[in-house]
Amino acid sequence: MKKVVILGGGVGGTIVANLLAKRFRPDEAEITVVDKAGKHVYQPGFVYVAFGRTKPKTLVRDERKLLRKRVKLVTGEAVRIDPEGRKVHLADGRSLDYDRLVVALGARLVPDELSGFSDASHHFYTLEASLKMKEALAAFPGGRIVVTVASVPYKCPPAPSEAACQLDYYFTKRRMRDKVDIHFLSPLSRVFPLEPLNPVVEQVFAKHKIRSTIFFNVESLDTKNRTVTSIEGETVPYDLLIMIPPHRGAKVVEDSRLGDRGGWLPTDKYTLRTKAHPDIFGIGDCTDIPVSKSGAAAHFQAKVVADAITADLRGQPATAKYDGHVMCYCDAGYHKGISMSFDYEHPPVPPPLSLKDWLGKHLLNKVYWYLVPSGRV
Amino acid sequence: MSPAEERIVLDARGSFCPGPLMELIRGIRQAKVGEVLEIWSSDQGSRKDIPFWIQKSGHELVGIVDEPGYARFVVKKLR
Repeated sequence: MKKVVILGGGVGGTIVANLLAKRFRPDEAEITVVDKAGKHVYQPGFVYVAFGRTKPKTLVRDERKLLRKRVKLVTGEAVRIDPEGRKVHLADGRSLDYDRLVVALGARLVPDELSGFSDASHHFYTLEASLKMKEALAAFPGGRIVVTVASVPYKCPPAPSEAACQLDYYFTKRRMRDKVDIHFLSPLSRVFPLEPLNPVVEQVFAKHKIRSTIFFNVESLDTKNRTVTSIEGETVPYDLLIMIPPHRGAKVVEDSRLGDRGGWLPTDKYTLRTKAHPDIFGIGDCTDIPVSKSGAAAHFQAKVVADAITADLRGQPATAKYDGHVMCYCDAGYHKGISMSFDYEHPPVPPPLSLKDWLGKHLLNKVYWYLVPSGRV
Repeated sequence: MSPAEERIVLDARGSFCPGPLMELIRGIRQAKVGEVLEIWSSDQGSRKDIPFWIQKSGHELVGIVDEPGYARFVVKKLR
């Protein structure tokens, strides 16, 4: 019997497991998901926790309930991958053999990589931090809020611009907007990562008086004087700092010496097989694939990986290719949103801001649990 | 190994989000001073973005090599 081991019970890992479980009988293939906490977390909802519009419990479900019954779930932490022995070692001493391994562990937040980050900055990239940010916003008396990223790459590239828009909406609703100066610092040459959509977001920023500085890549923080300095040589003061923490690839990838210098798993951007070991696949945020680190990318990649493993296990040529498809919604506040869909060959087409896309985002947040992890869509 | 083979190659062709510039910034942050990187981009905007950022951040644009459908930007990390 063939063995497929999937590291990570996020969107990518869960879809691969469920699709394979549908295609193979239990006596044909054993499908095992290894997840550290056994919980599935819907990360796009974190920003709404920070702004007090979503309760944390709506964003977390038991992974077991999202997996088909015949998928084995191991709650534990993978600490070493042995590609030669085709084995994964867990922290509790157990080990799992595999014929095909899927690494879908997501990105790791490493706040300590920027001195002062943990003391000075708020963010919405974990549930705990989102709740703290909610408290900080509620207590904020007014002043300058700086929104930026500690380093690149980071998950969901449009998220910081979206957060700047949400801050404007939040303080407008609280009738405090005239007391709050929102300053967005972008690491890139524009305020929004997707060039075709940048003019739309620039208009939103201009309309709502969100200031911006481009080419600002953070080098250091001065927590005493409350300033942030870029490698490009600018220093900006803040009263409240909202900064996306530094990211690295998965620890087990780094510890197994399978990652690049940032810990990202070198993965073919079409076949999704890791460059060094074709029997190991990479999905989503933990890879070095040049698409946005997002649930949508992992979602679309998972189907390709499931097809490739299906072909491998059946002894057929694997022809599935990831085309770079990513899709996302961005909430600009005031019940307006933008949706984007693009791939390696087709850039996003600039849409107008619309209620439809705002509703689309909120609808997806609700129906995600029923449609996405199962692999139905 | 020749110097050309030692280059760190970042293939960002077809990357619209986060895009080639962010891939380059990632590569520069991970690189050691003196190392040479090549960023491959099929995005026309890179011709403006990438040289401007390299100049602003104090690195060296060694050259731009046109290839069918994309360009290779060769960058040396200086600081």
